[in-house]
Amino acid sequence: MAVASEQRKKTVLVTGAAGSLARRVIGRLHGPYRVIAVDFRQKVETDAGIPSYRVEYHKRGFEDIFLAHPIDAVIHIGRFFPHEKTRDLRYNANVLGTKHLLDLARKYGVGQVLIHSTYFVYGASPYNPALLDEDAPLKASEVTQDLVDAVEVESLANIYLWKYPQLNITILRPCNVLGPGVRNSMSLLLSRRLAPVLVGFAPLMQFLHVEDMAAAIECAFQGNRPGIYNVAPEDYVPYPQAVEECGCRKLPIPSIPPSLPRAISRTLNWNAFFPPYLVNYFKYPVILDGRLFRTTFGWKPKRTLNDIFSYYRKQKLALASP
Amino acid sequence: MPGFAKPHFAEKLYARLVTPELERWVASIPKPVGSYGYDPWGYNEDRFKLALGVAKWLYDRYFRVTAHGLEHVPKTGRLLVVANHSGQLPMDGVLLGVALATNPHGPRLARAMIERFFPTVPWIGNYLNALGGVIGDPLNCSKMLELEEAIIVFPEGVRGSGKLYKHRYQLQRFGAGFMHLAMNHQAPIVPVGIVGCEETMPAIANLRPLARWLGLPYLPVAPPVPLPARVVLNFGAPRSFAPAASEAEVNERVEEVKAQIRALIDAGLKQRKSVF
Repeated sequence: MAVASEQRKKTVLVTGAAGSLARRVIGRLHGPYRVIAVDFRQKVETDAGIPSYRVEYHKRGFEDIFLAHPIDAVIHIGRFFPHEKTRDLRYNANVLGTKHLLDLARKYGVGQVLIHSTYFVYGASPYNPALLDEDAPLKASEVTQDLVDAVEVESLANIYLWKYPQLNITILRPCNVLGPGVRNSMSLLLSRRLAPVLVGFAPLMQFLHVEDMAAAIECAFQGNRPGIYNVAPEDYVPYPQAVEECGCRKLPIPSIPPSLPRAISRTLNWNAFFPPYLVNYFKYPVILDGRLFRTTFGWKPKRTLNDIFSYYRKQKLALASP
Repeated sequence: MPGFAKPHFAEKLYARLVTPELERWVASIPKPVGSYGYDPWGYNEDRFKLALGVAKWLYDRYFRVTAHGLEHVPKTGRLLVVANHSGQLPMDGVLLGVALATNPHGPRLARAMIERFFPTVPWIGNYLNALGGVIGDPLNCSKMLELEEAIIVFPEGVRGSGKLYKHRYQLQRFGAGFMHLAMNHQAPIVPVGIVGCEETMPAIANLRPLARWLGLPYLPVAPPVPLPARVVLNFGAPRSFAPAASEAEVNERVEEVKAQIRALIDAGLKQRKSVF
């Protein structure tokens, strides 16, 4: 009987398994589903019963996983952050890798694909209205070539979404995701003692706890309502205040002329946490309207902004104590 | 101890500007904000209170504003407050905002539309946002109306505020955007006639080439600071508009509102006893 029920379980492939978000998603899905963990960085240590692989998404070897397991759904979280690798390598891994993944999903009859995107795709422009809807133009590539891969992953996913409805593609665009183990630029930045702040600019930002984001992915996966959704709370805080709340000291950076903060970032090699191409996101707000996702899937974040910031505060206190 | 003198003075000034009465007004304005006191457009209650304190002083003592018809302003729900624009600097918007925020019939926070270049200016952009200013984007207006907010619109735009003194109280062309918003979102329009702001900054010429070079909408030859002219605000009865069949019909309705504002201006000019 147990074997029969195990066989009836849906198999879900989760990419980016080494990351904090994917680990939490795997933790939530393991049990009701058979989970396959893959990552491009390393073969991830997983719980018993979770096969784990290291694969490069754009390489041929990826197909072997589809041959070995009857995959029903894919949750595509893994990708290179803008601060990892060169632009070309990132393009190959993120854009060509996603295309390869979608083609494999089609070939092997995968019935559901969930793609984890980012709010960066909207671009930080002074003309942005607040509460951006999912149909707002994606202007990130206007701002910088370093975000072209993020926009292209989305347009690829969009083409497949309309062309191959059987894939049931859901694209999630979360705001800044923070919390224990998160290695994106914003999390690395708020983990520092000294955080650069552009003089005269205090853009509003939205933040989500990584556990709430994992819950959002779980909801979207279980609800299976294909489409594009912003994932963001209805709470807002100016970036300099977030910096203070996280226990960082503000490092004022001259903001005029606009090329100066980029030059400073480049010279001091702040690529990991305050990269030149994200400077505009510390200048102009990109505020998402997350109502569509909240109402469609009945999801609501459980953690407040203060809960999120307190992790970074405590982290600094722990490091300070002997 | 000189070290204590400064905060003491600041506290006194704050207490003078942000009176208990003003605190009560702001507290009674229904305005949902997040856990750090901000709304999605950057409005912040603490900064708004201080700015309202300063603006209220200007309203009472400097421009000695009289407001008629405030009872016409709905206490809650989406709303477009449509007025004539004048006086080079947007003092008319500030005074209209004070009148609405301190309305004895039900205070309201009215959002003003600001020029698109403001977000690129350090400090100023964020500060205007904190006071409720939002860049004049139709999407922003739609979202705010959906959230039952009140919006101040000057359909003449810079054509109105930048006009010369010799053209005072001559309404310029009205854009139709406000009417589309009113129809699409079933938002009532409260027309307002503003008298007195024309005299706060009488401009005799516009240095257009220099303005263009500086990236400004206009650059007037005018007094360096607004003059203390008396200001009269006349609020008309709210009007609602069902969707129009054609753009021509929309334009007719825009003209109707314009005529209503013209009548309110004429009433204000009659009510005004002296310019200063």
